[in-house]
Amino acid sequence: MPIVKILSEFFGNEQARDLQWRLKHGGYEAARKAFREMQPDEVTQEVIKANLRGLGGAGFPTGRKWTFVPKDSDKPTYLAVNCDEAEPGTFKDRYIVEWDPHRLIEGIIICSYAVAIHTAYVYIRGEYVRPYERLQKAIDEAYEAGILGKNVLGNNFQLDVFTHRGAGAYICGEETGLLESLEGKKGWPRLKPPFPALVGAFGCPTVINNVETLSHLPKIIEKGGQWFADLGVERSGGTRLFALSGCVNKPGVYELPAGTPFRELIYEHGGGILDGKELKAIIPGGTSAAVLSADQVDLPMDFDTLAKVKSMAGSGAVIIMDEDVCMVKALHNIQNFFAHESCGQCTPCREGTSWVYRILSRIVEGKGSPSDVETLRGLNQNMSGTSICALCEGASMALGSFLEKFGDEFDYYAKYGRSYVEDARKGAVAV
Amino acid sequence: MPTLTIDGQEITVEAGIPVIEAAKRLGIYIPRYCYHPGLSLAGSCRMCLVEIENMPVLQISCYTRVQDEMKVVTDSEKVRVARRAMLEFLLSEHPLDCPVCDQSGECDLQNFYMEYGRYDSRFAENKVKKKKAFPIGPHVMLDQERCILCTRCVRFTEEVSKSNELGVLNRGSHSVIDLYDDKTLDNPYSGNVIDICPVGALTEREFRFQCRVWYLDTQESICNGCSRGCNISLHYNATARTYKAGGKRVMRVKPRYNPEVNQWWICDDGRFGYEFIDQNRIEFPYIRTDSDLEMSTWEEALQKASGAISGALETVGPEGVGIIVSPQLSNEDLLIVKRLFVEELGISNLALKNPWQKPGYEDDFLIKADRNPNTQGAEKIGFKGDAKAILEKAAEGKIKVLYIFWHGFEDDEAAELLGKADFVIFHGVNWNGSAEAADVVLPGVTHAEKDGTFTSFEGRIQRFNQALLPIEEARNDIEILLDLAGKLGYAIEISGEQAFEEWQGLTHEALGEHGTATTSEAPTEA
Ligand SMILES: Cc1cc2nc3c(=O)[nH]c(=O)nc-3n(C[C@H](O)[C@H](O)[C@H](O)COP(=O)(O)O)c2cc1C
Ligand code: SF4
Ligand code: SF4
Ligand code: SF4
Repeated sequence: MPIVKILSEFFGNEQARDLQWRLKHGGYEAARKAFREMQPDEVTQEVIKANLRGLGGAGFPTGRKWTFVPKDSDKPTYLAVNCDEAEPGTFKDRYIVEWDPHRLIEGIIICSYAVAIHTAYVYIRGEYVRPYERLQKAIDEAYEAGILGKNVLGNNFQLDVFTHRGAGAYICGEETGLLESLEGKKGWPRLKPPFPALVGAFGCPTVINNVETLSHLPKIIEKGGQWFADLGVERSGGTRLFALSGCVNKPGVYELPAGTPFRELIYEHGGGILDGKELKAIIPGGTSAAVLSADQVDLPMDFDTLAKVKSMAGSGAVIIMDEDVCMVKALHNIQNFFAHESCGQCTPCREGTSWVYRILSRIVEGKGSPSDVETLRGLNQNMSGTSICALCEGASMALGSFLEKFGDEFDYYAKYGRSYVEDARKGAVAV
Repeated sequence: MPTLTIDGQEITVEAGIPVIEAAKRLGIYIPRYCYHPGLSLAGSCRMCLVEIENMPVLQISCYTRVQDEMKVVTDSEKVRVARRAMLEFLLSEHPLDCPVCDQSGECDLQNFYMEYGRYDSRFAENKVKKKKAFPIGPHVMLDQERCILCTRCVRFTEEVSKSNELGVLNRGSHSVIDLYDDKTLDNPYSGNVIDICPVGALTEREFRFQCRVWYLDTQESICNGCSRGCNISLHYNATARTYKAGGKRVMRVKPRYNPEVNQWWICDDGRFGYEFIDQNRIEFPYIRTDSDLEMSTWEEALQKASGAISGALETVGPEGVGIIVSPQLSNEDLLIVKRLFVEELGISNLALKNPWQKPGYEDDFLIKADRNPNTQGAEKIGFKGDAKAILEKAAEGKIKVLYIFWHGFEDDEAAELLGKADFVIFHGVNWNGSAEAADVVLPGVTHAEKDGTFTSFEGRIQRFNQALLPIEEARNDIEILLDLAGKLGYAIEISGEQAFEEWQGLTHEALGEHGTATTSEAPTEA
């Protein structure tokens, strides 16, 4: 199949950030088409037909999510654009915002038209200074050109887009943590239900979508939902941006059809494993996803397949580990992240993530004992299915899968105080 | 109305209530830390997890609403495992402070650990250090290490006191409860956070290290701090006036739930205003000899008082005697006062209020400007008017004997008038200007030392019960009055409760747990 570039069409092209250039290259044509030829509901139907799934991590069908917004509400409906991009290994939304911000703005317009939204907030990761500047500039230009504001693209439709910069918290990417933060509060995830489609920002119905999800909309409207659906697999249409990192020769962002096998991403596009080493493990969708072993390299990268093997496609962040990676140290690093980023609201996550991290720290310092691994297994059980949001679930998925697939390395480290992988490299494995 | 099954028992409840409340109606107490019926839902402690049929994972029963045909299990193995897990998480960082912690004995960490925990500790890490034992306001100490971050205190300051002093700072296991910059926990309701804190993180400065809670007895009472009539419990040490506590018997005051009056709360004035019960008390009867007040026997004091009253009645008649009652007296006390002085002796120089007392702070929550618990009751029984006219008559010599209950006339003008009175009988509990100026001092008792009722500003009659014996030689006020009546030649045989029944047509018992609106007619002229 020829490689279709939707989102990455203009990556690397300095001119694409410029509104005038972008207008000459298809910019805002799909939005114009939607206004001209389609009823709002038809836009939503097209998106449903496209099998577009949420690319922020959860993979929820996008068009269906929009239909949950009540049509008869006397309150305004808001759009919250999730550009918090903080899942370790994920760096694809920044490419869109840095190289092609008008694609996102056009997506925002299309979604807003479909759901009758007149105010959109882009919640952007605080550390993303350059992406923020580029996006803000593009928004300003769009206002000046009459693309945003009182009469969007000359139509009787008002849309205002505001950027809101985060202050450096992973949890503000969780959709209700994001809403709290947007409202000026501490980013503590809310209890659900009610879901944001009913009660979201400022108590009003709210659509929350990821940057990449929304950026797909222009092409879907231009070429039709069926065209998009056909690019992907059965229940996941189109392409997605895979952020490839770790022990590969050519890390980077690759746009590939949903359902492409890991092998193709790693060996054809990523140039294979660094220094020609053996593949050991793959984290398929950000560190919250369960780790896969090398023998799972032929699995297709799509939401349903990976869910079946108890992992997840998540944010499309693929992290590669080769034979020399010590899985104990890798997990130690990952759990450091979760302990640091737990918002601290609910008991199992606040106490569990920090406890797990400290046990792993002790093991890595050579002060572990065999019972520690048992304790980790127990804690993992207690952290699963008991928390308010999915952060704890993610920490537990990572922990559980590392212990399940690489348990021997943990037992060894806890028992001898040294890394099995490093001992093996030196030919000094204890027996 | 949905009908659901909880642990095999069927119950029908109104729609929309949480499962945790439905369970309570069946007598099933689901353990909880963050849930408090008077606060918004946090759903964060994860202690109240229960099993609900057809749900893939355990659900929190504080947030889950009842539904028709719902099947809930609150005590399965799966639930107990989860509770144990949450306790283990909460206790993993918890300091081993119980031996020196005031909460010990009434701590929900201890309680639920004994019920659901009982595991061997597997926490081998160093505990996170946080700030210990520092005052965050005039009445409250915070120990961040003991805090389990249930956020009840934060929600209280946001939703009930609406003063927003407290918040959760930092993130993850470094989260702490603390004051926001430039704030102190000094709102008029600050003490309530101590009650709702399920552990020993927020403790009462006044109570700290005074007494172990298992040495305390409790009695149901009504706050005498203002006319709201908040329901309280007196926590007292019955055994002795302990050396350690500086002679205090009442050790602390806690709010008692009354949905119609104060819900779960009381104000700080009420909570910390109990010291008059044990301090500055008039412990013995006194009579004036020459210019000094000297301790006397009851016989002597009552003889002297009755002699003076009889004398005035004989020489001047009923106009020769003035009675200033107090809105701190119970309805029963006041009914006996009325019976003796008004109905039997025909006295009409009556007053209730101290016009020199400035009205207090008032808000739209609990605190009322009238700092007396029974102004309504006194008025309904027939006492009204302010004391100034009576004091003036006494100063002019028209009133020969002045009988003053409780009021301390200490304002310059009042003291001057009082100084000119011929003969003053003071009947009250604490030393004050009126007592010091009196010719006979009769020590009565506080509401902690007797049974009775107060009528709140809304007309709600509520019972309070005796917790303590009268201090030293002090006597129940009704006994004093009946004795005095005897000395004056009137054998009145009636108890306070009988008088109440005659007045209201109700027994004390019939007032029920939450009191009842008064049924009597408009104030009778006395
Ligand atoms: C802890 C946590 C962090 C998350 N971070 C992000 C994020 O940075 N960006 C994002 O788009 N979604 C993030 N999500 C997913 C969002 O909650 C939400 O599902 C998503 O924004 C919905 O948009 P989509 O349907 O377009 O994917 C996160 C979820 C969790 C639980
Ligand atoms: S699971 Fe973790 S991040 Fe999510 S609400 Fe609970 S403490 Fe916060
Ligand atoms: S809060 Fe409870 S468990 Fe903690 S030290 Fe005090 S009594 Fe012990
Ligand atoms: S101080 Fe007490 S009430 Fe406040 S959060 Fe901590 S444990 Fe809860």
